[in-house]
Amino acid sequence: MTNQLNAIERLAEVKQERMQKNLKARYAKEKRFQVYGIMSICLGMAFLAMLLGTIFYGGASSFMTSEIKLTINYDPDVIGVTDLTDEDELKWADWRGLLSTSLAERFPEVSGRSAVRQRNALVSSIAEYSLRDRLLANPEKLGTSEEIWIVADDEIDAVMKGQVDRTVPESERRITDLQLSLIDSLEAEGEIRQKFNTTFFTAGDSREPEQAGIRGAMIGSFYTLLVTLLLSFPIGVAAAIYLEEFAPQNRLTEVIEVNINNLAAVPSIVFGLLGLAVFINVFHLPRSAPVVGGLVLTLMTLPTIIISSRSAIKAVPPSIREAALGLGASKMQMVMHHVLPLAMPGMLTGTIIGMAQALGETAPLLMIGMVAFIADIPGGPLDPATVLPVQVYLWSDLPERAFVAKTSGAIMVLLGFLAIMNLLAVYLRKKFEKTW
Amino acid sequence: MKKTIFAAILATTATMAAVPSFARDQISIVGSSTVYPFATVVAERFGKATSYATPTIESTGSGGGLKLFCEGVGENTPDITNSSSYIKQSQFDACAEKGIDIIEVKIGYDGIALANSKKGVKLDVTQKDLFLALAAEVPDASGKLIANPNKTWKDVNPSLPNVAIRVLGPPPTSGTRAAFVELVMEEGCEAYEGLSDEVCTSMREDGAFVEAGENDNLIVQKLDADTTAYGIFGYSFLDQNSDKLQGASFNGVDITFDNIADGSYPVSRPLHFFIKKQHIGVIPGVLEYAELFLSPAAQAEDGYLAEKGLIPLGGAELKEMRKAVQTQKVLVMN
Repeated sequence: MTNQLNAIERLAEVKQERMQKNLKARYAKEKRFQVYGIMSICLGMAFLAMLLGTIFYGGASSFMTSEIKLTINYDPDVIGVTDLTDEDELKWADWRGLLSTSLAERFPEVSGRSAVRQRNALVSSIAEYSLRDRLLANPEKLGTSEEIWIVADDEIDAVMKGQVDRTVPESERRITDLQLSLIDSLEAEGEIRQKFNTTFFTAGDSREPEQAGIRGAMIGSFYTLLVTLLLSFPIGVAAAIYLEEFAPQNRLTEVIEVNINNLAAVPSIVFGLLGLAVFINVFHLPRSAPVVGGLVLTLMTLPTIIISSRSAIKAVPPSIREAALGLGASKMQMVMHHVLPLAMPGMLTGTIIGMAQALGETAPLLMIGMVAFIADIPGGPLDPATVLPVQVYLWSDLPERAFVAKTSGAIMVLLGFLAIMNLLAVYLRKKFEKTW
Repeated sequence: MKKTIFAAILATTATMAAVPSFARDQISIVGSSTVYPFATVVAERFGKATSYATPTIESTGSGGGLKLFCEGVGENTPDITNSSSYIKQSQFDACAEKGIDIIEVKIGYDGIALANSKKGVKLDVTQKDLFLALAAEVPDASGKLIANPNKTWKDVNPSLPNVAIRVLGPPPTSGTRAAFVELVMEEGCEAYEGLSDEVCTSMREDGAFVEAGENDNLIVQKLDADTTAYGIFGYSFLDQNSDKLQGASFNGVDITFDNIADGSYPVSRPLHFFIKKQHIGVIPGVLEYAELFLSPAAQAEDGYLAEKGLIPLGGAELKEMRKAVQTQKVLVMN
């Protein structure tokens, strides 16, 4: 008896020991798994921090610009215009002359053809057009003079931001010794300053970095997304409601369902090719126009919206439908009064995420001519326009060094819009979400 | 039910068919990515200085541009295409088939640089050196073709430094690549007799020549990081990065503005654009845009195009081009 008991005890002991060991191993396994999880999160965060870090480090300087204070004398003799309403005279007006005479008065000691050229290159090479616009808006200024801050050239701006090494020989710099001495003299008098770059947000694209802005691309993105939203939201929701609530379950609807899911995985360039073939070549819509971009992006976002809307409708409990029908509501009333309002937050979240995807898309726009230099700010969805991610791509490919910072600046603006849209999606979901 | 579906389909088709066609009032330009940085400068000034709208410029590559250009006559086709190589007979025929009359405008020259970091060794090469360094197959001592055995520049030519060959260049779709092959590889090939075109134009694929994509800024950044590598790109990028990079000299001639302008630097090519004659007078400003491109302010030696790195046309050529634009001289081939 005791022997038997002892044997059982021993067996229990052995088992216990084994169990303890096993338990330890299981705990260790769980610990390890958690560590892996934390490591992957840390790795992901590190990559994100690196990405954001390089963009902010590179792009911060694009939000500042340099200006030079000059006394501009709107002398009719210099411009060669006596009557500002005379189109013929304006055609031959010498607006650049305003800047060069003003610079000559500021630096009378500079002489010689090459030196004068370097002196004139202090201010932006298309700054004269803002002077022209200023004078045409205030014709009474003709013949008077005023002190005004003029945008400096991007090379001068680089010096002000400390990006130019003054110790290297003159031949290896884009900026000459003479220009450096002129900048120093302006700086000593407080006639050159750095200020917040409003041009970056108010101007369209330009080939001069100091005059380039993202407003054109922002408006282009706005019109494109507007067209996309106006088309894809109603079509997507209607399609989802029909498929989920009304459509009979048969072969045909099954085929449609599979195709919608497939469509969501089609590379976006394919939609661009389709847009070129159908909207431009068949319907003769204008090239480079946001309306075509919006149509193409509608095709791209439709599957996303339909799929998310369908799952939002599916999530509405059947009891609500049955209750509505039981109280005598028609099927239409049941959908419109009960299912749709309850599914709306999910549909909106899906739509916003689809829109955010569309905002970041460039490939389909390549085929329909929206990857282009467009300086004028679009006035409507039929005017030629480009979009934010395309502006990033175009600037990254230009030779001028200052466009590197502009590229990062544009990325920051794009990321800002994406963050706002995603936050909006989270907010809508939190605010209108119903739990049962 | 059937009636509803039928009505829905009818309504959809009706809205789609009712789209009117739109009049275009800005010039549409497509074509070469090499000409793009120069054409955009002129286009911007054209929009600012005149009452015309700013032209839109798509960077599609020379070949892609001509394809779009030759699709036909009409508002939904481009008015002008930029090109970094001359129009080919096949492209000309495709255009002629659609009844398009072309006006050719040469706008200047662009040098192709073989550049590296200032911290590295500057090269002085000949076309033959580069052929031996970069061709997929080269003849050995007995004249038999073998896979390129050259590992360092010294293997190619004893006077060159003992640095491993690593050259970053544009992909085959690029006009710069086509010009490099024509002006360097094919020239270098002529040092040997009886080599086929195939041998002359094939680049190595064993890592000594790396296709680095169309983005020249990317090549510039890579050269800055890797001081032993060399890169092939347009002169304007070297000009903008003259504090970081140095260009190799060909046959002892340095790549400078003056040397490209007087033709002594051998690796340079003319840049063009082609105007669709049928669009002159239909799309406002086409001729005026071409005139602005050839105006003194743009083409002067210290003009704004030279500022961006384009080598402007000389006196006689410039006059000839201005006359071609004024008289709307149609291009004829064969």
